[in-house]
Amino acid sequence: MERHFDVSLRELKEQLVAMAGLVERAIDDATQALQKRDLTKIAHVHEMEKKVNLAHKAVDNSCLKLLALQQPLAADLRLIVAIIKINTDLERMGDQAENIAYNSDRYLRGLPLKPLIDLPVMAEEVRVMVRAAIDSFVKTDEGLAREVLSRDDKVDALKNKIFRDVLEHLKDQPEMIEQGLTLILIARNLERLGDHATNIAEDVVFAITGEDIRHSGSMQTIKKALESK
Amino acid sequence: MYSLLSTQNLSASFGSTQVLKNIQMDFDEFTVSAIIGPSGCGKSTFIRCLNRLHEEVAEASATGKVLLQGHDIYASDVDPVAIRRKIGMVFQKPNPFPSLSIFDNVAIGLKLAGVRRGAILRETVERSLKLAALWEEVKDKLNSQGTSLSGGQQQRLCIARALAVEPSVLLMDEPTSALDPISTAKIEELMTELKKTVTIVIVTHNMQQAARISDKTAFFLLGEMIEYGETSELFTAPKDQRTERYITGRFG
Amino acid sequence: MQRHFADYIFRSYRKRKAINALMCGLLVLAATLAIFPLFSVFGYVVAQGYSALNWEFFTAVPKPVGEIGGGMANALLGTCTLVALASLIGIPWGVSVALYLSEYGGKQGRGRFAGVVRFSADMLSSIPSIIVGLFVYALVVITMRRFSAVAGGLALGILMIPTVCRTTEELLRMIPEHIREAGLALGLPRWKVILWIILKGSRGPITTGIMLSIARVSGETAPLLFTAFNNRFWQSGLDQPIASLPVQIYTYAISPYDDWHRQAWAGALLLVMLVFAMNLLTRVVFNSGGNSKKQGGN
Repeated sequence: MERHFDVSLRELKEQLVAMAGLVERAIDDATQALQKRDLTKIAHVHEMEKKVNLAHKAVDNSCLKLLALQQPLAADLRLIVAIIKINTDLERMGDQAENIAYNSDRYLRGLPLKPLIDLPVMAEEVRVMVRAAIDSFVKTDEGLAREVLSRDDKVDALKNKIFRDVLEHLKDQPEMIEQGLTLILIARNLERLGDHATNIAEDVVFAITGEDIRHSGSMQTIKKALESK
Repeated sequence: MYSLLSTQNLSASFGSTQVLKNIQMDFDEFTVSAIIGPSGCGKSTFIRCLNRLHEEVAEASATGKVLLQGHDIYASDVDPVAIRRKIGMVFQKPNPFPSLSIFDNVAIGLKLAGVRRGAILRETVERSLKLAALWEEVKDKLNSQGTSLSGGQQQRLCIARALAVEPSVLLMDEPTSALDPISTAKIEELMTELKKTVTIVIVTHNMQQAARISDKTAFFLLGEMIEYGETSELFTAPKDQRTERYITGRFG
Repeated sequence: MQRHFADYIFRSYRKRKAINALMCGLLVLAATLAIFPLFSVFGYVVAQGYSALNWEFFTAVPKPVGEIGGGMANALLGTCTLVALASLIGIPWGVSVALYLSEYGGKQGRGRFAGVVRFSADMLSSIPSIIVGLFVYALVVITMRRFSAVAGGLALGILMIPTVCRTTEELLRMIPEHIREAGLALGLPRWKVILWIILKGSRGPITTGIMLSIARVSGETAPLLFTAFNNRFWQSGLDQPIASLPVQIYTYAISPYDDWHRQAWAGALLLVMLVFAMNLLTRVVFNSGGNSKKQGGN
């Protein structure tokens, strides 16, 4: 039996998915700008980010309305709560895309520090994560969402590798410190994108199963750390 | 440590129609438990079994055990009349006794049980009406007819009447379904206070009400108890698909 | 098109209004005609009986045949006695049957035996009262070998049973089942609930029903003819014949004496006024019950 409420929920989901599409494009453009040294794409990112901000407010508004008027329970309630949180993550992801664009712009205006090898790999990895997180929401696919979670470690490892790499290069060329710092910032922005994708995947699992899997990994690390002492 | 009230394999029938099937439930002291489910799922019959009121209906019967503090109230030597003093009930429609004053409505349970001392009766009436949050509204007209009060006040009068005989369990059969939202809110407020002194089992059609007031919630369907758990859990992440479908309004 | 439609609407509305007025008129006429017999009877009885109503009529017993004067004091007292006897028999009996039917008669009064009892009560109420009189004659008068007040009271009491029983049952049934359950849920035994909550709760309307049935039997003549018979003197005991207003009226009305005819009219007036007063009293009692409820609401 389909309820009128289902139609509203579907519209809400569509709203969020459209917003996610904007975020994905912003990320794509921002990372492409650096890789292909294409400054025109940077302007695109700014446009996208403005649209994302509008969508952010619209989605929150829709959620508030449905909560107040429908008083959803169980799966409906979990879905709307998840959407509110995913919405926040998507907006922050838009900001990160813009940061990447800004930092790329600065980097491209100076001399290259080194050939970019790991950064494109990391960017691709993050794009896959973001796409998978959004797909898991669209398809309500718990397995896909859990897969996203497992990818985060790889992104973190790449970030650390880039940090070390850039530091190595700076030892030889200390005058390039600004360019090096910008690359580190970009890596940091990408890592944050991965974190947001992870958050989204966690919210998707919660919406589907009702299970709260956040911080379970870090709790284990803390426990382990305590035990090893 | 056992629960204050529990049922074991409780089944109930009207004639040859079975309306409750092997219900196992435990109710802890000083909690509010809500029972939800579609019409005809047996939830009213269930709480009417808990004070043996079910059997007063023609051709109604019940089997299984209902344990109050560990004693089976369906044992052959147990007088149902005595049980009903320990397990009170509030009904769907406010039903103060006709032609009785507000005072007598509350006092009658004790009066007819043989309490004659005016001081005791007055004290009990005042205490019960205060517990039911009605005292301030009626203290100056205790001799008016109980039926002269508004619907919400009448229902609180019925709660006071039930409390006057000091039951340890209070059963409530959709107590606010005939009331306006303000009166409903008052009674919900009241229940949260009452559970300090009495254990409450409430049947309700209103899921939001169950969510607001109860500690645990049970979902009944077609005479069976489908799911029983912490209210916060049942309404956010129910374990059974049927519960999920019912509380999200997908039943049909 | 528009114009045509408007014409149609107004024409049909005028026609409907006319028919409505006509039908309303007919109904008012029927209602007026219905109260006409009552007032004409009342008026006629007052006109005829007024002149014979005097102090002697209320205080004296009948004079011997042929003498002018005398009164119906013995018949008035006799009627009161008979009605009291009838009430003693009919009210407890009728109320008990009603309690059985509404509270105990199997399946909340829908059992087979209850059905038989209810049908019998309905039959009894439609049996001509003279037959009840004959029955008591056969049962009591023949065995006692004399007419008596007790026999008259019994006949009237039997006539009261069905009305008392059926009105009481209806009133008890008007009390919703959940009121009884509320009583049971307080840990009260069923008989206490019925006696102190259900019966007490509807005592006002039940009293009304009983008073109406008393008014009804106080005017009965036929069942008294073979049971209480008549008595031209003050009553001497419940096992003796006793005078009553209806029988006295009957006796005087068929006599050849003008003075007795006048007294019969006076007796009729008294009887009508008694019944009237009883109905009025019932109405007042009933209304005051309703008023106290309303006052409680303020």
